[in-house]
Amino acid sequence: MLLEANGIQKSYDGVKALSSVSLDLRAGEVHALVGENGAGKSTLIKVLTGAVQPDGGGIRLHGQPIEHNNPAKARELGISAIYQQPALFPDLSVAENIAIANDRNKLWQIVDWQTRTAVATGWLQQIGARFSPDALVSSLSMPEQQLVEIAKALAANASVLIMDEPTSSLGQQDTRELLRIVRELRARGTGILYISHRLEELFEIADRVTVLRDGTNVGTREMAEVTSRDLIRMMVGRELETLYPKLEIKAGEVALELRSIYCKRSNLRNVNLSIRRGEIVGLAGLVGSGRTQLAEALFGLATISQGSIYIDGIPVEIRSPRDAVRAGLAYVPEDRRRHGVILEMAIRSNVTLASLDKLSKNGMLQKRAERDVAQEFTERLHFKAPSIETITKNLSGGNQQKVALARWLVTKPKVLILDEPTQGIDIHAKSEIYHLIGALAERGMAILLISSEMSEILALSDRIAVMSKGELVGMFDRKDASPDEILRLALNQNESQFRGQN
Amino acid sequence: MKLQLRPAWPALIALGTLYIYLAFAAPKFYRADNLRDLALANVAVLLVSTGMTLVIVLGEIDISVGATFAVCSIICGTFAKLGVPAILWPLVALAAGSILGATNGALVSFVKAPSIVVTLATMVTWRETLRWITNGAWIEGLPNTFQWFGLGQRRGEAVIVASAALLFGILWWTSRNLSAVRAIYATGSDAEAARLAGIPTKQLVLSVFVVMGALTGIAALLNAVRFSDVPANSGINLELKAIAAVVVGGTPITGGRGNLVGTLLGVMLLGSIGPALIFLGVSPYWEKAIQGGIILAGVLVDAISRWRGRRVEFA
Repeated sequence: MLLEANGIQKSYDGVKALSSVSLDLRAGEVHALVGENGAGKSTLIKVLTGAVQPDGGGIRLHGQPIEHNNPAKARELGISAIYQQPALFPDLSVAENIAIANDRNKLWQIVDWQTRTAVATGWLQQIGARFSPDALVSSLSMPEQQLVEIAKALAANASVLIMDEPTSSLGQQDTRELLRIVRELRARGTGILYISHRLEELFEIADRVTVLRDGTNVGTREMAEVTSRDLIRMMVGRELETLYPKLEIKAGEVALELRSIYCKRSNLRNVNLSIRRGEIVGLAGLVGSGRTQLAEALFGLATISQGSIYIDGIPVEIRSPRDAVRAGLAYVPEDRRRHGVILEMAIRSNVTLASLDKLSKNGMLQKRAERDVAQEFTERLHFKAPSIETITKNLSGGNQQKVALARWLVTKPKVLILDEPTQGIDIHAKSEIYHLIGALAERGMAILLISSEMSEILALSDRIAVMSKGELVGMFDRKDASPDEILRLALNQNESQFRGQN
Repeated sequence: MKLQLRPAWPALIALGTLYIYLAFAAPKFYRADNLRDLALANVAVLLVSTGMTLVIVLGEIDISVGATFAVCSIICGTFAKLGVPAILWPLVALAAGSILGATNGALVSFVKAPSIVVTLATMVTWRETLRWITNGAWIEGLPNTFQWFGLGQRRGEAVIVASAALLFGILWWTSRNLSAVRAIYATGSDAEAARLAGIPTKQLVLSVFVVMGALTGIAALLNAVRFSDVPANSGINLELKAIAAVVVGGTPITGGRGNLVGTLLGVMLLGSIGPALIFLGVSPYWEKAIQGGIILAGVLVDAISRWRGRRVEFA
């Protein structure tokens, strides 16, 4: 056995990311790793490459237990990883990029340029790359950069190669080429752990498959013995409906309507969508399918090249977040720590930040009114914080998310866009946020809920829209929605090309 | 209303220690004429530092204030020489400073150039343009109404110090109550997050640079009327004095935090060193070295408080 991981456990701030996951990898095998976003794939990779330390469990390489505490050490041991986005130095040449990984301990020696170039040329030839080792990485295309990553791993003598969605940014032709190289590596005896959302690709290349769900290994199977239906069922699980209560809310007038929205820069095509007052529309799709891009276009963060937005039946121009706020939109972005709240500020200032105009008289902030508002909303949202003067940075993830939500509740928006509202927060806070979302809808807010958690989407939404490659490829009513069907639409690129309309 | 002294406590302690020590070691420091000279000499630095505090809290920097100061001094002198009545000089100073500040602000907010580069460029441009136009010549032969606004030295001094104090007081109160100032803090902490909260960050950056320029203009006028002639190269190193006072006052250079009371203490501390040395009989050549040491100490205190994870908000 080449690589064995036994009972790997990892928690972040008390949230279990992996609970006792075991996995083994043989030499000369392509082992697929699949699971929904948040299932624990990334954490497992990070543990294997030494980027994070597991709380429990151990790793054996060639039967020997190994201790590694950083990716460089893992690389020396022969475990290399290639990520979705190449991690290269764009301003250095290909040869330098390949050498840098292996020259770590020779920082104070004179560079032998000839050997460097020769070594790089050798590896590039082996994988059939057709660019020069002297080319600057920034001048290469994405697939070419992936090849540099592979050459880098080979030059580091990798016996274990972890590939995290290597084809997600590649077209069909380049994907074929990459799969060919993967097969070659397998024939040489390299063990490959291959992570991908593209199931059809896995059936083509993988020997075995392991499915992760909620931080546990749901099963490892021979690829030849499973169907894509089996895999999807294993990924989604079955305990969906009972988790969170869904309020029955009578939907009102149409609050938000999008008519054939196109956005060149973020690749949105012909998005038609309407949300009624009191309605929650879930937006499902893979990471990179255009869900966040749609939210950003709506909120004035990306220019809409064509199409129109109506709020309460009135066409609105949205060119900046300020326009969006004025039009009655609110957006709780995905990256809460970066964009959702201002960490250095007190809860009070964060909660009122989008409503400063309303809380001011002649430009002067009415401090008493501000305090009252902040107090009211923190109580309504059951904050666990000493006071409204507590600095947001010192709150837990769940409470920070409540700060972000509270800010927008103060503005009393007509349409609320939530992007991954429960990402990285514990189950209790999640449940509180779910209740809050329900309560907001009950008060007549139209809600667009973006989430990668199937259970969340299914439990909360009245309707579910599925996005793939910048288009809406499906729309389900709550009663007709099935996780298998949603995931199939989100995953299946071929079929999406024929659907197009919602 | 609280004074919010917590970030400025190192400056406050240093200043208190210095002033108590002087009370024993050199009581002459407290003679009325010395205090008056001290106040008068620091009026310009205080007003510029006040604007600089806002700029730094916003997460930007303006190193062109010295050049702006020189340009505004010459413009005020020129208008005075042309016979424009004294009552209009403040408007001239405000307008000149605002235009120069707006140039910086527009380049930073709409062209999205880093403020350190923009203001470095405008600093050089304005100083060299001024040198080219004036040939380095001072403005001389000003009307009698120019020096001390024609009020005589005693009353003129009082007017200068009182206007600066009044202006600082208004700005301080405003900084605690104007909701736009909250937006400045938010933008300085995280510009993208502020924009996502619907704050018009571009207009905000433009306005803060305009205020910076306007304050520099007023500072230039209040400084120029202390003399009978206007030099062509005033305000040398003014930007460094202002930035130093802001940092010593507990406003970190990284933006998002800080306050004006700290800046007042910073100006008082750095401005008192020179006269204090004279009264203590120490060579005044030590002034710059000590000021440098104070800035370093301020930075260290800020670093230590960050290591201990203490974060306090002052908005």
